[in-house]
Amino acid sequence: MDILAMGGYGYYIWSSFGLGLAVLVITVVQARRHHDAVYREIEQRLKAMEEVK
Amino acid sequence: MLAVGLAALGILVATALTLSAFQENMMFYVEISDVKAGKVPNNRNFRVGGLVKTGSVHREEGEIELSFVLTDTANELTVVYDGVLPDLFREGQGIIAHGRMGSDGNFMADTVLAKHDENYMPPEVAGSLAKQQAANSAATTEETDPATEETTE
Amino acid sequence: MWKFFHKLASPPHFYDLANKIIPWFIVPAILLITYGTIAGLFFAPMDYQQKDAFRIIYIHVPAAYISMMAYMTMAISAGIGLIWRMKLAHAVAAACAPIGAWFTFLALITGSIWGRPMWGTWWEWGDPRLTSELILLFLYFGYLALRAAIDDTSKADRSSAVLALVGAINIPIIHFSVEWWSSLHQGPTIVREGGPAMPMEMLLPLLAMILGFTFFFGAVLLRRLRTEVLYRERRTGWVKRMIQPAGGEA
Repeated sequence: MDILAMGGYGYYIWSSFGLGLAVLVITVVQARRHHDAVYREIEQRLKAMEEVK
Repeated sequence: MLAVGLAALGILVATALTLSAFQENMMFYVEISDVKAGKVPNNRNFRVGGLVKTGSVHREEGEIELSFVLTDTANELTVVYDGVLPDLFREGQGIIAHGRMGSDGNFMADTVLAKHDENYMPPEVAGSLAKQQAANSAATTEETDPATEETTE
Repeated sequence: MWKFFHKLASPPHFYDLANKIIPWFIVPAILLITYGTIAGLFFAPMDYQQKDAFRIIYIHVPAAYISMMAYMTMAISAGIGLIWRMKLAHAVAAACAPIGAWFTFLALITGSIWGRPMWGTWWEWGDPRLTSELILLFLYFGYLALRAAIDDTSKADRSSAVLALVGAINIPIIHFSVEWWSSLHQGPTIVREGGPAMPMEMLLPLLAMILGFTFFFGAVLLRRLRTEVLYRERRTGWVKRMIQPAGGEA
Protein backbone atom coordinates (compact mmCIF):
# COMPACT_ATOMS: atom_id res chain seq x y z
CA MET A 1 0.00 0.00 0.00
CA ASP A 2 2.89 2.35 0.78
CA ILE A 3 4.21 1.82 -2.70
CA LEU A 4 0.88 2.82 -4.24
CA ALA A 5 0.54 5.87 -2.01
CA MET A 6 3.98 7.25 -2.97
CA GLY A 7 4.08 9.54 0.04
CA GLY A 8 0.75 11.11 -0.86
CA TYR A 9 1.72 11.74 -4.49
CA GLY A 10 0.29 8.43 -5.74
CA TYR A 11 -2.45 9.95 -7.90
CA TYR A 12 -0.01 12.28 -9.63
CA ILE A 13 2.66 9.65 -10.19
CA TRP A 14 0.44 6.78 -11.26
CA SER A 15 -1.62 8.93 -13.60
CA SER A 16 1.58 10.24 -15.23
CA PHE A 17 2.97 6.75 -15.77
CA GLY A 18 -0.45 5.49 -16.89
CA LEU A 19 -0.66 8.23 -19.49
CA GLY A 20 2.89 7.45 -20.59
CA LEU A 21 1.98 3.81 -21.17
CA ALA A 22 -1.21 4.89 -22.96
CA VAL A 23 0.74 7.11 -25.36
CA LEU A 24 3.23 4.31 -26.12
CA VAL A 25 0.37 1.92 -26.91
CA ILE A 26 -1.63 4.49 -28.90
CA THR A 27 1.29 5.45 -31.15
CA VAL A 28 1.96 1.79 -32.03
CA VAL A 29 -1.70 0.93 -32.60
CA GLN A 30 -2.24 4.07 -34.69
CA ALA A 31 0.82 3.32 -36.83
CA ARG A 32 -0.38 -0.26 -37.43
CA ARG A 33 -3.92 0.84 -38.28
CA HIS A 34 -2.66 3.48 -40.66
CA HIS A 35 -0.59 0.87 -42.48
CA ASP A 36 -3.50 -1.55 -42.69
CA ALA A 37 -5.86 1.18 -43.94
CA VAL A 38 -3.45 2.21 -46.71
CA TYR A 39 -2.87 -1.44 -47.63
CA ARG A 40 -6.61 -2.17 -47.87
CA GLU A 41 -7.23 1.00 -49.87
CA ILE A 42 -4.69 -0.07 -52.48
CA GLU A 43 -6.09 -3.59 -52.49
CA GLN A 44 -9.61 -2.30 -53.18
CA ARG A 45 -8.42 0.03 -55.90
CA LEU A 46 -6.63 -2.84 -57.61
CA LYS A 47 -9.75 -4.97 -57.34
CA ALA A 48 -11.92 -2.23 -58.83
CA MET A 49 -9.47 -1.78 -61.69
CA GLU A 50 -9.62 -5.47 -62.43
CA GLU A 51 -13.41 -5.43 -62.58
CA VAL A 52 -13.29 -2.59 -65.09
CA LYS A 53 -11.00 -4.71 -67.24
CA MET B 1 -11.26 20.11 -47.43
CA LEU B 2 -13.27 22.91 -45.81
CA ALA B 3 -13.04 21.16 -42.47
CA VAL B 4 -9.26 20.98 -42.76
CA GLY B 5 -9.10 24.64 -43.73
CA LEU B 6 -11.10 25.50 -40.63
CA ALA B 7 -8.80 23.32 -38.55
CA ALA B 8 -5.77 25.18 -39.90
CA LEU B 9 -7.43 28.51 -39.10
CA GLY B 10 -8.27 27.26 -35.60
CA ILE B 11 -4.63 26.31 -35.02
CA LEU B 12 -3.49 29.74 -36.17
CA VAL B 13 -5.96 31.46 -33.84
CA ALA B 14 -4.95 29.17 -30.94
CA THR B 15 -1.27 30.06 -31.48
CA ALA B 16 -2.02 33.79 -31.59
CA LEU B 17 -4.12 33.58 -28.41
CA THR B 18 -1.40 31.57 -26.64
CA LEU B 19 1.25 34.13 -27.55
CA SER B 20 -0.90 37.05 -26.45
CA ALA B 21 -1.72 35.33 -23.14
CA PHE B 22 2.00 34.76 -22.65
CA GLN B 23 2.93 38.35 -23.42
CA GLU B 24 0.16 39.70 -21.22
CA ASN B 25 1.38 37.69 -18.24
CA MET B 26 5.06 38.31 -18.90
CA MET B 27 4.65 42.07 -19.09
CA PHE B 28 3.24 42.37 -15.64
CA TYR B 29 6.19 40.86 -13.83
CA VAL B 30 7.50 43.55 -11.51
CA GLU B 31 10.80 43.66 -9.60
CA ILE B 32 10.65 44.10 -5.83
CA SER B 33 12.75 47.27 -6.16
CA ASP B 34 10.16 48.70 -8.58
CA VAL B 35 7.32 47.76 -6.25
CA LYS B 36 9.12 49.58 -3.46
CA ALA B 37 9.55 52.63 -5.73
CA GLY B 38 5.80 52.59 -6.41
CA LYS B 39 6.20 51.59 -10.06
CA VAL B 40 3.28 49.15 -10.20
CA PRO B 41 0.44 48.81 -12.72
CA ASN B 42 -2.73 50.58 -11.63
CA ASN B 43 -5.81 48.56 -10.75
CA ARG B 44 -4.33 45.45 -12.20
CA ASN B 45 -2.90 42.23 -10.84
CA PHE B 46 0.80 41.70 -11.39
CA ARG B 47 3.48 39.19 -10.47
CA VAL B 48 6.40 39.60 -8.19
CA GLY B 49 9.18 37.09 -7.54
CA GLY B 50 11.91 36.51 -5.01
CA LEU B 51 13.01 34.35 -2.11
CA VAL B 52 11.00 33.69 1.03
CA LYS B 53 13.10 35.31 3.75
CA THR B 54 14.24 32.81 6.37
CA GLY B 55 12.29 33.18 9.59
CA SER B 56 9.70 35.52 8.09
CA VAL B 57 6.78 33.13 7.57
CA HIS B 58 4.14 34.08 10.06
CA ARG B 59 0.69 32.64 10.67
CA GLU B 60 -1.76 33.44 13.47
CA GLU B 61 -3.07 30.51 15.50
CA GLY B 62 -6.11 28.99 13.79
CA GLU B 63 -5.96 31.33 10.80
CA ILE B 64 -5.47 30.36 7.15
CA GLU B 65 -4.02 33.74 6.30
CA LEU B 66 -0.26 33.92 6.50
CA SER B 67 2.34 36.52 5.80
CA PHE B 68 5.98 36.31 4.79
CA VAL B 69 8.71 38.58 3.55
CA LEU B 70 9.79 38.27 -0.08
CA THR B 71 13.36 39.34 -0.73
CA ASP B 72 15.71 39.80 -3.69
CA THR B 73 18.50 40.04 -1.07
CA ALA B 74 18.53 43.87 -1.38
CA ASN B 75 14.85 44.81 -1.18
CA GLU B 76 12.02 43.32 0.85
CA LEU B 77 8.27 43.15 0.42
CA THR B 78 5.71 41.73 2.84
CA VAL B 79 3.24 39.35 1.18
CA VAL B 80 -0.13 38.40 2.67
CA TYR B 81 -1.82 35.26 1.39
CA ASP B 82 -4.78 33.09 2.42
CA GLY B 83 -4.80 30.33 -0.20
CA VAL B 84 -3.30 26.88 -0.59
CA LEU B 85 0.50 26.83 -0.64
CA PRO B 86 2.45 24.65 -3.09
CA ASP B 87 4.30 21.73 -1.50
CA LEU B 88 7.65 23.31 -2.34
CA PHE B 89 6.88 26.46 -0.36
CA ARG B 90 9.41 26.90 2.44
CA GLU B 91 11.78 29.45 3.83
CA GLY B 92 14.61 30.29 1.45
CA GLN B 93 12.57 29.02 -1.52
CA GLY B 94 12.21 31.00 -4.75
CA ILE B 95 8.55 31.85 -5.31
CA ILE B 96 6.34 33.95 -7.59
CA ALA B 97 3.24 35.66 -6.21
CA HIS B 98 0.26 36.98 -8.22
CA GLY B 99 -1.82 39.75 -6.76
CA ARG B 100 -1.89 43.50 -6.13
CA MET B 101 -0.78 46.07 -3.60
CA GLY B 102 -2.97 46.56 -0.56
CA SER B 103 -3.62 49.97 0.97
CA ASP B 104 -1.28 49.10 3.85
CA GLY B 105 1.71 48.68 1.51
CA ASN B 106 1.65 44.88 1.72
CA PHE B 107 1.29 42.70 -1.35
CA MET B 108 -2.06 40.89 -1.29
CA ALA B 109 -1.41 37.61 -3.12
CA ASP B 110 -4.15 35.51 -4.69
CA THR B 111 -1.74 32.84 -5.96
CA VAL B 112 1.67 31.74 -4.71
CA LEU B 113 3.78 29.55 -7.01
CA ALA B 114 7.03 27.85 -6.02
CA LYS B 115 10.11 27.43 -8.16
CA HIS B 116 12.67 24.75 -7.64
CA ASP B 117 16.29 24.56 -8.66
CA GLU B 118 18.00 22.06 -10.95
CA ASN B 119 19.50 20.04 -8.10
CA TYR B 120 18.00 16.70 -7.27
CA MET B 121 19.37 14.66 -4.37
CA PRO B 122 18.29 12.14 -1.74
CA PRO B 123 17.26 13.61 1.65
CA GLU B 124 20.30 12.05 3.43
CA VAL B 125 22.71 13.73 1.03
CA ALA B 126 20.92 17.05 1.40
CA GLY B 127 21.09 16.61 5.17
CA SER B 128 24.82 15.95 5.33
CA LEU B 129 25.49 18.75 2.83
CA ALA B 130 23.56 21.12 5.03
CA LYS B 131 25.58 20.02 8.09
CA GLN B 132 28.88 20.49 6.29
CA GLN B 133 28.19 24.04 5.32
CA ALA B 134 25.96 24.93 8.22
CA ALA B 135 27.95 28.03 9.02
CA ASN B 136 27.68 29.81 5.70
CA SER B 137 24.71 27.97 4.16
CA ALA B 138 22.33 30.93 4.24
CA ALA B 139 24.69 33.15 2.27
CA THR B 140 25.67 30.57 -0.38
CA THR B 141 22.21 29.23 -1.15
CA GLU B 142 20.96 32.75 -1.74
CA GLU B 143 23.84 33.48 -4.09
CA THR B 144 23.43 30.33 -6.16
CA ASP B 145 19.64 30.20 -6.31
CA PRO B 146 18.47 30.87 -9.88
CA ALA B 147 15.50 32.83 -8.60
CA THR B 148 17.87 35.43 -7.21
CA GLU B 149 19.48 35.97 -10.58
CA GLU B 150 16.17 36.78 -12.20
CA THR B 151 14.95 39.14 -9.60
CA THR B 152 18.14 41.13 -9.77
CA GLU B 153 18.37 41.16 -13.58
CA MET C 1 29.02 0.11 -50.52
CA TRP C 2 27.21 2.27 -53.06
CA LYS C 3 25.28 -0.72 -54.17
CA PHE C 4 24.10 -1.23 -50.61
CA PHE C 5 22.84 2.34 -50.30
CA HIS C 6 21.17 2.14 -53.64
CA LYS C 7 19.42 -1.01 -52.61
CA LEU C 8 18.42 0.57 -49.28
CA ALA C 9 16.91 3.57 -51.02
CA SER C 10 14.94 1.42 -53.42
CA PRO C 11 11.37 1.37 -52.09
CA PRO C 12 10.65 -2.39 -52.21
CA HIS C 13 13.87 -3.18 -50.37
CA PHE C 14 13.28 -0.47 -47.84
CA TYR C 15 9.75 -1.76 -47.24
CA ASP C 16 11.10 -5.23 -46.41
CA LEU C 17 14.23 -4.12 -44.60
CA ALA C 18 12.33 -1.73 -42.29
CA ASN C 19 10.17 -4.62 -41.15
CA LYS C 20 13.27 -6.66 -40.37
CA ILE C 21 15.02 -3.98 -38.35
CA ILE C 22 12.03 -2.82 -36.28
CA PRO C 23 12.70 -5.58 -33.65
CA TRP C 24 16.23 -4.16 -33.22
CA PHE C 25 14.58 -0.97 -31.98
CA ILE C 26 11.57 -2.32 -30.13
CA VAL C 27 13.46 -4.90 -28.03
CA PRO C 28 15.99 -2.43 -26.53
CA ALA C 29 13.12 0.07 -26.13
CA ILE C 30 11.09 -2.39 -24.03
CA LEU C 31 14.11 -3.44 -21.97
CA LEU C 32 15.26 0.11 -21.25
CA ILE C 33 11.77 1.45 -20.49
CA THR C 34 11.01 -1.50 -18.20
CA TYR C 35 14.27 -1.01 -16.30
CA GLY C 36 13.85 2.78 -16.17
CA THR C 37 10.28 2.57 -14.90
CA ILE C 38 10.99 0.02 -12.17
CA ALA C 39 14.23 1.66 -11.05
CA GLY C 40 12.73 5.15 -11.24
CA LEU C 41 9.57 4.29 -9.33
CA PHE C 42 10.90 1.91 -6.70
CA PHE C 43 14.70 2.04 -6.39
CA ALA C 44 15.78 5.62 -7.02
CA PRO C 45 15.88 7.58 -3.75
CA MET C 46 13.29 10.31 -3.37
CA ASP C 47 14.29 13.95 -3.78
CA TYR C 48 14.99 15.96 -0.63
CA GLN C 49 12.60 18.74 -1.69
CA GLN C 50 10.02 17.14 -3.95
CA LYS C 51 9.91 13.78 -2.15
CA ASP C 52 8.28 11.05 -4.26
CA ALA C 53 6.63 13.56 -6.63
CA PHE C 54 9.98 13.98 -8.37
CA ARG C 55 9.53 10.48 -9.92
CA ILE C 56 7.29 12.10 -12.56
CA ILE C 57 10.61 13.23 -14.07
CA TYR C 58 11.07 9.68 -15.45
CA ILE C 59 8.12 10.12 -17.79
CA HIS C 60 7.99 13.89 -18.26
CA VAL C 61 11.60 14.55 -19.30
CA PRO C 62 11.87 11.68 -21.84
CA ALA C 63 8.52 12.75 -23.36
CA ALA C 64 9.67 16.38 -23.62
CA TYR C 65 12.97 15.21 -25.13
CA ILE C 66 11.21 13.13 -27.80
CA SER C 67 8.79 15.99 -28.56
CA MET C 68 11.75 18.17 -29.54
CA MET C 69 13.93 15.44 -31.07
CA ALA C 70 11.03 14.32 -33.31
CA TYR C 71 10.54 17.91 -34.46
CA MET C 72 14.23 18.31 -35.28
CA THR C 73 14.18 15.02 -37.22
CA MET C 74 11.09 16.25 -39.06
CA ALA C 75 12.55 19.68 -39.88
CA ILE C 76 15.94 18.34 -40.99
CA SER C 77 14.34 15.63 -43.17
CA ALA C 78 11.96 18.21 -44.64
CA GLY C 79 14.97 20.44 -45.43
CA ILE C 80 16.84 17.58 -47.10
CA GLY C 81 13.70 16.75 -49.06
CA LEU C 82 13.37 20.33 -50.28
CA ILE C 83 17.02 20.82 -51.21
CA TRP C 84 17.87 17.46 -52.76
CA ARG C 85 14.32 16.53 -53.83
CA MET C 86 14.57 13.27 -51.93
CA LYS C 87 11.19 11.58 -51.63
CA LEU C 88 12.30 9.33 -48.80
CA ALA C 89 13.34 12.38 -46.76
CA HIS C 90 9.87 13.88 -47.19
CA ALA C 91 8.40 10.54 -46.14
CA VAL C 92 10.51 10.61 -42.94
CA ALA C 93 9.26 14.12 -42.14
CA ALA C 94 5.63 13.09 -42.67
CA ALA C 95 6.12 10.01 -40.47
CA CYS C 96 7.61 12.03 -37.58
CA ALA C 97 4.68 14.41 -37.11
CA PRO C 98 1.98 12.22 -35.53
CA ILE C 99 4.48 10.57 -33.16
CA GLY C 100 5.95 13.94 -32.16
CA ALA C 101 2.48 15.32 -31.52
CA TRP C 102 1.63 12.47 -29.12
CA PHE C 103 4.85 12.93 -27.13
CA THR C 104 4.31 16.69 -26.97
CA PHE C 105 0.86 16.02 -25.57
CA LEU C 106 2.40 13.62 -23.02
CA ALA C 107 5.06 16.16 -22.01
CA LEU C 108 2.43 18.88 -21.53
CA ILE C 109 0.02 16.73 -19.55
CA THR C 110 2.62 15.13 -17.26
CA GLY C 111 4.16 18.57 -16.73
CA SER C 112 0.76 19.83 -15.69
CA ILE C 113 0.28 16.89 -13.29
CA TRP C 114 3.74 17.54 -11.83
CA GLY C 115 3.23 21.31 -11.62
CA ARG C 116 0.04 21.10 -9.59
CA PRO C 117 1.54 19.81 -6.31
CA MET C 118 5.03 21.31 -6.73
CA TRP C 119 4.59 24.77 -8.22
CA GLY C 120 0.99 25.15 -7.12
CA THR C 121 -0.63 25.39 -10.54
CA TRP C 122 -1.72 23.14 -13.41
CA TRP C 123 -0.83 25.78 -15.95
CA GLU C 124 0.89 29.16 -15.95
CA TRP C 125 0.24 31.40 -18.94
CA GLY C 126 3.23 33.62 -18.33
CA ASP C 127 5.72 30.74 -18.36
CA PRO C 128 7.89 30.71 -21.51
CA ARG C 129 8.61 26.96 -21.56
CA LEU C 130 4.96 26.01 -21.12
CA THR C 131 3.99 28.48 -23.85
CA SER C 132 6.64 27.35 -26.34
CA GLU C 133 5.89 23.66 -25.74
CA LEU C 134 2.18 24.34 -26.34
CA ILE C 135 3.11 26.11 -29.58
CA LEU C 136 5.12 23.01 -30.52
CA LEU C 137 1.89 21.00 -30.25
CA PHE C 138 0.13 23.56 -32.48
CA LEU C 139 2.99 23.32 -34.99
CA TYR C 140 2.53 19.55 -35.19
CA PHE C 141 -1.24 20.01 -35.60
CA GLY C 142 -0.68 22.66 -38.26
CA TYR C 143 1.75 20.41 -40.12
CA LEU C 144 -0.70 17.48 -40.04
CA ALA C 145 -3.66 19.68 -41.07
CA LEU C 146 -1.68 21.18 -43.96
CA ARG C 147 -0.70 17.74 -45.25
CA ALA C 148 -4.28 16.52 -44.93
CA ALA C 149 -5.53 19.57 -46.84
CA ILE C 150 -3.37 18.97 -49.92
CA ASP C 151 -4.20 15.92 -52.03
CA ASP C 152 -1.14 16.04 -54.26
CA THR C 153 1.65 14.31 -52.31
CA SER C 154 4.59 16.26 -53.73
CA LYS C 155 2.80 19.59 -53.22
CA ALA C 156 1.94 18.54 -49.67
CA ASP C 157 5.60 17.58 -49.16
CA ARG C 158 6.89 20.98 -50.24
CA SER C 159 4.34 23.14 -48.40
CA SER C 160 4.57 21.18 -45.16
CA ALA C 161 8.39 21.20 -45.40
CA VAL C 162 8.36 25.00 -45.43
CA LEU C 163 6.10 25.02 -42.37
CA ALA C 164 8.35 22.50 -40.58
CA LEU C 165 11.45 24.60 -41.30
CA VAL C 166 9.90 27.90 -40.22
CA GLY C 167 8.57 26.26 -37.05
CA ALA C 168 12.04 24.91 -36.19
CA ILE C 169 12.84 28.32 -34.67
CA ASN C 170 10.63 27.22 -31.76
CA ILE C 171 13.02 24.41 -30.74
CA PRO C 172 15.90 26.62 -29.49
CA ILE C 173 13.25 28.84 -27.90
CA ILE C 174 11.92 25.87 -25.87
CA HIS C 175 15.44 24.89 -24.93
CA PHE C 176 16.77 28.30 -23.89
CA SER C 177 13.48 29.76 -22.63
CA VAL C 178 14.42 29.07 -19.01
CA GLU C 179 17.59 31.13 -19.44
CA TRP C 180 16.13 33.96 -21.52
CA TRP C 181 13.00 34.63 -19.46
CA SER C 182 11.86 34.11 -15.93
CA SER C 183 10.34 30.62 -15.74
CA LEU C 184 8.99 28.24 -13.16
CA HIS C 185 11.22 25.64 -14.80
CA GLN C 186 14.69 25.18 -13.39
CA GLY C 187 17.93 25.34 -15.38
CA PRO C 188 19.45 22.29 -17.09
CA THR C 189 20.00 19.28 -14.80
CA ILE C 190 21.68 16.62 -16.96
CA VAL C 191 23.83 18.51 -19.47
CA ARG C 192 25.48 21.41 -17.71
CA GLU C 193 28.81 22.73 -16.57
CA GLY C 194 30.21 20.69 -13.69
CA GLY C 195 28.26 17.54 -14.62
CA PRO C 196 24.69 16.47 -13.89
CA ALA C 197 23.05 17.93 -10.76
CA MET C 198 21.78 14.48 -9.80
CA PRO C 199 23.34 11.42 -8.17
CA MET C 200 23.90 8.29 -10.28
CA GLU C 201 21.08 6.23 -8.76
CA MET C 202 18.59 8.92 -9.87
CA LEU C 203 20.31 9.69 -13.17
CA LEU C 204 20.72 6.16 -14.54
CA PRO C 205 17.00 5.31 -14.75
CA LEU C 206 16.39 8.72 -16.34
CA LEU C 207 19.02 8.13 -19.02
CA ALA C 208 17.60 4.64 -19.61
CA MET C 209 14.12 6.11 -20.10
CA ILE C 210 15.41 8.77 -22.52
CA LEU C 211 17.33 6.16 -24.53
CA GLY C 212 14.39 3.73 -24.37
CA PHE C 213 11.97 6.38 -25.64
CA THR C 214 14.43 7.18 -28.43
CA PHE C 215 14.54 3.53 -29.55
CA PHE C 216 10.76 3.41 -29.29
CA PHE C 217 10.47 6.52 -31.45
CA GLY C 218 12.77 4.87 -34.01
CA ALA C 219 10.60 1.75 -34.10
CA VAL C 220 7.33 3.65 -34.62
CA LEU C 221 9.02 5.93 -37.15
CA LEU C 222 10.11 2.91 -39.20
CA ARG C 223 6.61 1.48 -39.03
CA ARG C 224 5.07 4.75 -40.21
CA LEU C 225 7.77 5.13 -42.84
CA ARG C 226 6.76 1.80 -44.37
CA THR C 227 3.20 3.08 -44.68
CA GLU C 228 4.42 6.31 -46.31
CA VAL C 229 6.53 4.35 -48.80
CA LEU C 230 3.63 2.00 -49.57
CA TYR C 231 1.24 4.90 -50.17
CA ARG C 232 3.66 6.88 -52.31
CA GLU C 233 4.44 3.79 -54.42
CA ARG C 234 0.82 2.66 -54.71
CA ARG C 235 0.78 2.94 -58.50
CA THR C 236 4.04 1.07 -59.08
CA GLY C 237 4.46 -2.50 -60.18
CA TRP C 238 6.10 -3.87 -57.05
CA VAL C 239 3.21 -2.74 -54.84
CA LYS C 240 0.67 -4.26 -57.26
CA ARG C 241 2.57 -7.55 -57.38
CA MET C 242 2.94 -7.63 -53.59
CA ILE C 243 -0.71 -6.91 -52.80
CA GLN C 244 -2.28 -8.99 -55.59
CA PRO C 245 0.26 -11.66 -56.44
CA ALA C 246 -2.27 -13.67 -58.45
CA GLY C 247 -3.97 -10.61 -59.90
CA GLY C 248 -4.49 -9.98 -63.59
CA GLU C 249 -1.41 -7.85 -63.89
CA ALA C 250 -0.71 -8.71 -67.49
